[in-house]
Amino acid sequence: MGQTSLPADQMSGLLIDEEQTLRHRLSYFGRLLWRDKSGMLGLLLFFILIFSAIFASWVSPHDPLEQNLRFNKMPPAWSAGGSWDYILGTDNLGRDTLSRIIYGSRVSLTVGIFGVLIANGIGMLIGLVSGYVGGRLDNAVTALINLILSLPYLLFVVVIAAIFGRSLLNVILIFGITDSPIFARTARGEVLRIRESGYVESAISIGASRQRIIFDHILPNLLGPLITVATFEMSAMIFYEAGLGFLGLSVPPSVPSWGNMLSNGREYLTSAPWIATFPGLAIMFASLGMNLVGDWLRDVLDPRLRRVKK
Amino acid sequence: MQRYLFSRLVQSVFILIGVLLLVFFMVRVTGDPATLMMPRESSEESLQAFRHKMGFDRPLVVQLGDFVIHAAVGNFGNSLHFKTPALPMILERLPATMELAGVGMLMAIVVAIPLGLVGGSTPGSVWDSIGRFLGLLGQSIPNFWLALVMIFFFAVQLNLLPSFGRDTLQSVIMPSFVLGLPTMGALVRLTRSAVLEIRGEDYVRTAYSKGLNSKLIYSRHILRNAAIPLISVIGVQFGYMLGGSIYIETIFAWPGMGQLIEQAIGWRDFTLIQAIAFFTSVVVVGLNFLTDLAYALVDPRIRFGG
Repeated sequence: MGQTSLPADQMSGLLIDEEQTLRHRLSYFGRLLWRDKSGMLGLLLFFILIFSAIFASWVSPHDPLEQNLRFNKMPPAWSAGGSWDYILGTDNLGRDTLSRIIYGSRVSLTVGIFGVLIANGIGMLIGLVSGYVGGRLDNAVTALINLILSLPYLLFVVVIAAIFGRSLLNVILIFGITDSPIFARTARGEVLRIRESGYVESAISIGASRQRIIFDHILPNLLGPLITVATFEMSAMIFYEAGLGFLGLSVPPSVPSWGNMLSNGREYLTSAPWIATFPGLAIMFASLGMNLVGDWLRDVLDPRLRRVKK
Repeated sequence: MQRYLFSRLVQSVFILIGVLLLVFFMVRVTGDPATLMMPRESSEESLQAFRHKMGFDRPLVVQLGDFVIHAAVGNFGNSLHFKTPALPMILERLPATMELAGVGMLMAIVVAIPLGLVGGSTPGSVWDSIGRFLGLLGQSIPNFWLALVMIFFFAVQLNLLPSFGRDTLQSVIMPSFVLGLPTMGALVRLTRSAVLEIRGEDYVRTAYSKGLNSKLIYSRHILRNAAIPLISVIGVQFGYMLGGSIYIETIFAWPGMGQLIEQAIGWRDFTLIQAIAFFTSVVVVGLNFLTDLAYALVDPRIRFGG
């Protein structure tokens, strides 16, 4: 609405400009990343996680399900009785710990990514509508969000998981739905802030349609904060999925997942402590990586914080 | 202030009504609560008898009314496993959980707030690095795993601390530390960033320029303003700890509500689960109300405002 089309040569000039600013922006982000070493470590850990999840069948030395009772409870390679064939040792059924950790990253990453996508999808929609429309609807939505966020979250997740039973889809849906209020709250707060900003006021005053204000002005500015929240929430979901697995409430016991490995290793804590140790380290590094990336993104995407830090 | 507290009280009541509905529909969401609560191999006749006994064959509205009226007087029915009223069983477990969460919170506060204060007032110092490391660790380390590692070292290898139960005074050390660690991390991060932010405020600069010594500035200006976000996070974290106690109490065989709910899940004792979920929510909502009260005491804008 209200747009005048430009001559072709000017249009192409604009397009090149856009490409240049994109390249400029990317190199800028690169320099910011180089300066923040903990952000780099976080991204490295995150890429390792993605790499092992995608290429699990190539990088794992053994079949994660293959049982070999002759070699059961074998300690890691560097301790007495270990073998370099099973670098991180074997569990009570003689399954290779390293291979199971590599395959386990698939469960964690799947839950993290799809859980966050669903939570973000629901939350962003609710927050956007509630913040933009305002009034009574907004009051009702805010009250509901506060209600859900004031509950003992973990307890309800555990109970709901117990009701629905063990499956990957159930776990994803549970996290996707129960975590959406966090995204809704962030989206709503940002929409309220953006709506009062000078550029939205200008857009309204030149007669931009509601649709255009939402899609061209509010949504792009909403993405930064939501991506930051998504990283932290993904870390939390990887964490909670392992917790559910530990209680025997996540994916079925036959699936190699970090939580299931922990739950199994708990039984052999005195005789074979490595069974529980390594999956725990995997959870910690995955979670650490996402948290570091989140910290970095928050600093980079919010110019105000970029200045204050140090 | 009275109006503020009254509106918070009304809000708390609405939240509890919401929780009651949630707990009621939670076990009915799969369609048939009988198959959820009975053993998997139950015959159709025994399921039918169970439905009749529990009143699941009545209209939903009647069931809901019945549930709400009974819950209002603290009657959550009998535990399916023990065949005795659920509420007294929960109340019996309450002190153990509160002890665990209380000691854990105390440890978190005693370590985190001084560390965050020092770190925030001297960014880049050794103490700041320690604080930031602890903040990251508390956020990233799975505490149910740390519990296992600590049991292995302190109980199995060194034989220093008991690994399960609630028999001696030392029993509380490991489980409460592990339960409090994520909170410790969160509080260090928050205190640090609050102090960093408040240090740059105009009123702090004014206080310095009129010659107040930094001890007074910290105690009167910085700490009091940092207390506002801290109080709300401490309230939220306490609720989080009550949920996290499911793992920690299970691992350490700590006889609290968390262990009870884990056992109840194993027994498919959903009436007991409903009761614990609702009761824990009551505790959390009560704590949130106390948080709001503390808020009003600390923040004069609320005390003299609404």
